[in-house]
Amino acid sequence: MAPGIVTASYIIAAVLFILSLGGLSHPETARRGNAYGMAGMVIAITATILGSQVTDYVVLIMVMLIGSTLGVIAARRVQMTEMPELVAILHSFVGLAAVLIGFATYIGGDDHLQGAERTLHEVEIYLGVLIGAVTFTGSVIAFGKLRGLIDGKPMLIPARHWINLILAVVCIWLGTEFVGGESMGTGVLLLLVMTFIAFTYGVHMVMAIGGADMPVVVSMLNSYSGWAAAATGFMLSNDLLIVTGALVGSSGAILSYIMCRAMNRHFLAVIAGGFGTSGGGSGVIIDGEVESVMAEGAAELLREARQVVIVPGYGMAVAHAQNTVFEITKVLRDLGKTVRFAIHPVAGRMPGHMNVLLAEAHVPYDMVFEMDEINEDFPETDVVLVIGANDIVNPSAQEEPDSPIAGMPVLEVWKAGTAVVLKRSMATGYAGVDNPLFFRTNTRMLFGDAKQSLDAVLAVLH
Amino acid sequence: MKIAVPREVHAGERRVATTPEVVKPLIDLGFEVVVESGAGTAANFSDAAYAHAGAAVETDVKKLWDEADIILKVRAPEQHPDLDSHESKFLRKGHTLIAFIWPGQNPDLMETLAATGATVLAMDSVPRISRAQQMDALSSMANVGGYRAIIEAANHFGRFFTGQITAAGKMPPAKVLIIGAGVAGLSAVGTAKSMGAIVRAFDTRLEVKEQVESMDAEFLELKFAEEGVGEGGYAKTMSAEFIKAEMELFAEQAREVDIIVTTALIPGKPAPRLITADMVASMKSGSVIVDLAAEQGGNCELTRPGEVVERNDVTIIGYTDLPSRLATQSSQLYATNLRHLLTELAPEADGTLVIDMEDEVIRGATVIKDGEVTWPPPPPKLSAAPPKKVEAEKPPPGPAGERKKNTWGSALLLVLGAIALWGLGRVAPPEFMSHFTVFVLACFVGYQVVWNVTPALHTPLMSETNAISGIIVIGALLQISTDSVLITVLAALAIVIATINVAGGFLVTQRMLRMFRK
Repeated sequence: MAPGIVTASYIIAAVLFILSLGGLSHPETARRGNAYGMAGMVIAITATILGSQVTDYVVLIMVMLIGSTLGVIAARRVQMTEMPELVAILHSFVGLAAVLIGFATYIGGDDHLQGAERTLHEVEIYLGVLIGAVTFTGSVIAFGKLRGLIDGKPMLIPARHWINLILAVVCIWLGTEFVGGESMGTGVLLLLVMTFIAFTYGVHMVMAIGGADMPVVVSMLNSYSGWAAAATGFMLSNDLLIVTGALVGSSGAILSYIMCRAMNRHFLAVIAGGFGTSGGGSGVIIDGEVESVMAEGAAELLREARQVVIVPGYGMAVAHAQNTVFEITKVLRDLGKTVRFAIHPVAGRMPGHMNVLLAEAHVPYDMVFEMDEINEDFPETDVVLVIGANDIVNPSAQEEPDSPIAGMPVLEVWKAGTAVVLKRSMATGYAGVDNPLFFRTNTRMLFGDAKQSLDAVLAVLH
Repeated sequence: MKIAVPREVHAGERRVATTPEVVKPLIDLGFEVVVESGAGTAANFSDAAYAHAGAAVETDVKKLWDEADIILKVRAPEQHPDLDSHESKFLRKGHTLIAFIWPGQNPDLMETLAATGATVLAMDSVPRISRAQQMDALSSMANVGGYRAIIEAANHFGRFFTGQITAAGKMPPAKVLIIGAGVAGLSAVGTAKSMGAIVRAFDTRLEVKEQVESMDAEFLELKFAEEGVGEGGYAKTMSAEFIKAEMELFAEQAREVDIIVTTALIPGKPAPRLITADMVASMKSGSVIVDLAAEQGGNCELTRPGEVVERNDVTIIGYTDLPSRLATQSSQLYATNLRHLLTELAPEADGTLVIDMEDEVIRGATVIKDGEVTWPPPPPKLSAAPPKKVEAEKPPPGPAGERKKNTWGSALLLVLGAIALWGLGRVAPPEFMSHFTVFVLACFVGYQVVWNVTPALHTPLMSETNAISGIIVIGALLQISTDSVLITVLAALAIVIATINVAGGFLVTQRMLRMFRK
């Protein structure tokens, strides 16, 4: 295949990728978008394989078969509650691939590059491997935390900021040594040392970040994986990789920004880690009585209500309660009540997590509303059902200026007639802040596993 | 401890401080309850009902007071008509009296009560904070008052409230103006609305606009910038210009509406005069004014406290005992408020009273402690309105300032970026610069496209971007065909993991998107 045709195919693929992301602007066009993405990928890969640089088809087809089979199995098996884990581990693959390709490029390096071109090329390799390595271990740790293999609490080493700084300085110094180095052997060694340091940095960075900040971490790693791909594109002088990498990189960056804004936190503060530890316990002492309610009482409240809003949180995902939630929704709707869902941007462990779970339970997406769309409707709402959410419905964010979560936008469920809060215990959320909502006179606590409680509520409603 | 509930002795007072329904929870709190015979008769609670609920019934008033530890009343102690003795004479050290006291208006009474050495909790002094809402008897009574005001108005009004078109002709709906949208005002709004009237409400505090509108009533506004929120969420006195504009509005409304309910009160001051004799004269004949501020002098110039008068064919109702005119309901609410306060006061539920002066609510309500006047309490830490105001006022300068800084910051960033680019362009080969062009443009395209993604699809967005970032496989594909085994192995590995991404990412996105449906 002529190089011109390959390039043309790459342009088509790049356009299709952009269209695939553009399709996600609405659920109705999203599936078409995904199809565009697949078509783009097929075109790009086919063009590459048929291009002049590829001759060894046996190994290639074998490894591609292995990879696709593994990918298909993973995609089929994964449960919707496990999406954050899957996404995290997929990020790590991109990172690792970038590292491997970087090494391969350096070892197979062409010698005809001279002067500035050569320097630049080496910088590109160095950066590609660096970003890839950080993405790789960072994502693996994120995966471990999401899976529960690693404790979700931030691990805070003393003087961690200094450690990070030293690691960064060492990386830069190694870089200056690496670029322009004469011997290939030393070069590979320097690259290996740097990769090791970057691995350490990736681990350290994500270890220091708490469970509630996972949405930011996952989107940030998404961004990194994009930048890693872009850097690889530079090093291979491949515009398609650059375009795709830039798309993915900016997408992840925007998501991180949205998540940070939804928590009213500075991006750097999240990356630096240690959320909720510096503030200690909130200075506010809450006194008051917690009024608990049984499933019958909750069902009674729902039956008397006209406007119902359901606020799902991570607890719903943990208990796999989304199907029961929708059953209850259906019963309530048959009784002539208006039922809507309110989603906080950082509910769950990754952006849009709750939407996916509700979609899995066949909740129509026009019943599901974003925080900004529904927040002003709470005063007219009779009953709010808060399922396993805590920090995102905490009135302290608005009322206590010295609360660690002050200023974070929250769902104003306390303005509704009654808020029924499903929770396992009175424990604090990830932010480690007490929630005065539980002590409000119009709040009823329904303790227990969300799934079991909701099943009981459903049984009473029937 | 023993709780005594004497019969109210104020002329015309029909309420009672506890009901049979509340007696039981009081006993559960560990108290003994004694009710004066006939105490609940006027509110339709018989002695038998109290006895059935577990209370003792006592006929001897002196004995009742003497043997009790806690006395629950509605009205403050006054001259007992039958015994020819002031009720405060029955109080002694060790007694705890809970009732409406109004310490600010009744300094003489406070002195008398303090002299007895008793402890006195005033239900009217319970601070207006969220936690104390359950004990807010003022709100309970205001609610009843607002409801009753509309009922009284309907009683004196010659027409339907709701508009009807019948075979016998068309009837227009009644137009009701409520002045002051506090608890009583809102209650009146709701009642009039549910009877089918066209309801308008006015209040100097713009913040209640939402509450009025949430009840489907119209909120009348002045084209005037002055907020009327005073301390504790109550109204304050307004400026002369404001009052002038306000009076013009009322004069205009008076000609149009059929019923005016006034509830305007400013704490510690006589009620503001809002409806002048001229306005009354301009009203349609048959109109009704209910003046809920009658006890404090009245919002209407022609109000006679406690009476119903007719001027220029307009009925002006100045009852000062509206809650008492709905005695069963008022007693129930008041008794429940008292129960909540007693629950607070007996945290162990063992029938002993703990007056914890550290507790904000109890501190606020306690006006005399063991004969020592403790009124007024230190200002509350959190009142109903001010925090909101601070919140509302503070943010604007924040974002504005930030935005300013941001504009400067982004301009500076742009300049720095341009300089860095020029620097790069000087040394970098042309091929790199063309790649760089592609990169920068792609970043901008990505930025535009991704902001348009609906938040509901953020998870599919991540898996989609994940899948397309599997395009990195191309890099490995280009490297696999070489003689170097090491490179082939590295590339093969990279291809395996990148294809996992491609296949897994697209399929899982597909799976998720298929679930999103209308």
